[in-house]
Amino acid sequence: MNITLRVWRQKGRDDKGRMVTYKVEDVSPDMSFLEMLDVLNEKLTLEDEDPVAFDHDCREGICGACGVVIDGVAHGPETTTTCQLHMRSFSDGDVITVEPWRAKAFPVVKDLVVDRSAFDRIIQAGGYISAPTGTAPDAHAMPVPKTDADRAFDAATCIGCGACVAACPNASGMLFTAAKVTHLGMLPQGQPEREARVVNMLNQHDEEDFGGCTNIGECAAVCPKGIPLDTISQLNRDLLGSLASGKAE
Amino acid sequence: MALKSAMAVTGGILVLFLIAHMYGNLNVFAGQEAFDSYSHHLRELGEPMLPHGGFLWIMRVVLLVSIIVHAYAAAVLAIRANRARPVRYQARKRVQRSYASYTMRWGGVLIALFAIFHILHLTTNHIHPGGAFDSPYERLVAGFQPEFFYVTLFYILSVIAVGFHLRHGIWSALTTLGANKASRERPLNIIATVLALVITIGFLLTPLSVTFGLVE
Ligand code: HEM
Ligand code: SF4
Ligand code: FES
Repeated sequence: MNITLRVWRQKGRDDKGRMVTYKVEDVSPDMSFLEMLDVLNEKLTLEDEDPVAFDHDCREGICGACGVVIDGVAHGPETTTTCQLHMRSFSDGDVITVEPWRAKAFPVVKDLVVDRSAFDRIIQAGGYISAPTGTAPDAHAMPVPKTDADRAFDAATCIGCGACVAACPNASGMLFTAAKVTHLGMLPQGQPEREARVVNMLNQHDEEDFGGCTNIGECAAVCPKGIPLDTISQLNRDLLGSLASGKAE
Repeated sequence: MALKSAMAVTGGILVLFLIAHMYGNLNVFAGQEAFDSYSHHLRELGEPMLPHGGFLWIMRVVLLVSIIVHAYAAAVLAIRANRARPVRYQARKRVQRSYASYTMRWGGVLIALFAIFHILHLTTNHIHPGGAFDSPYERLVAGFQPEFFYVTLFYILSVIAVGFHLRHGIWSALTTLGANKASRERPLNIIATVLALVITIGFLLTPLSVTFGLVE
């Protein structure tokens, strides 16, 4: 396959940035999207040009490091991570537009790499439980109903990739925040901090300049881990409950 | 978040108003007397506990406050959304979002403009295609005659815009108030679509039946 790439190039945080067009030839349909970028970068390196910077780590869809907007869709045409997207999802001769996540809360560091530490600060604000140290408690000391455990586990699969923010027309980080609130809120260990958690995480979310959620649903549609949209409703329920009980703040 | 809850609650008040208003409008099919006396009763409701027109004024204040809160919250959210994405995408593709969700902001502005025109037309009668009348029924019938098709057309377009606004709005309000669960996602969407359709069609019937001579 021969592919034409339109890639966002930006030298650093203060550079204005621009789209640059590259031709990538002899692409195998079995290559992953990132391997195709590797091929481009080898060529650029041989030509003494600066390779295109992009984030990646595990390349098996579990770490959440990778992620670019491909032809206007976060992580591209398949519902998976960019590293798990393969060139067979494209056709010979395609022109593919590649852009970084676009959000004020995710400033571009270089080319396609964005700084997602805003997510870390949301987690720091409340995405944890307090556990006493010492001997580990018996696994069955605290029974958890199977349906709750399943839901907590599903929500816990969020890898923090940020595609939900990239896809959201409001650049809201609500799905990510709701995944964490749901994950901990379904479990007995998450109860002591439940009411403070939702308020603190949301305050941090707003402080990071993410937009507000208007329930459009593009986030859940692109989420590689299938975090369901109804976690946002669960977050809202927790929030209304927390505000009503007056225990927040 | 407080903004979102405020939008959901005030939006809910406006939906209830629309249902009552639609019911009122459908009284045209019962004839001039029924329609005019409905309008008259609105002003007498609550008497003698309330002065003449008192109930109506309470409703007007509630509606106006709701609209202002609703629009203010919408404006703040829109400004935040713009601030949250200073650099736009060059390529943009919608994955699942609906036309309705896409037009909430400008649709809302259109509906607000329509409501102003509409009050000047049928309530205060400052704008009176076909002549000014004391009877709300006669204002209505005169206003939607075929020769004023542009008035009717504006009504139709605005009511359809209301329909789209409600389609996403009802769903979104229910989610914001915490009603959504995976198993309820479909029922909630169906409720939103059905309510939006009923309200749209219910509102369209009145002016269209005047234009087509079913009511005169
Ligand atoms: C095509 C459909 C509609 C028709 C035929 C219609 C007709 C009327 C009539 C005849 C009145 C005056 C009633 C009276 O004076 O007793 C009225 C009042 C009103 N209408 Fe509509 N209406 C329609 C759609 C709408 C929509 C979609 C909205 C909301 C955006 C709306 C908002 C209002 C308001 C707020 C008033 C009350 C004004 C006041 O009393 O202060 N109407 N309408
Ligand atoms: S919710 Fe989904 S899209 Fe958002 S950060 Fe988590 S895994 Fe990525
Ligand atoms: S590189 Fe780890 S998820 Fe893609």
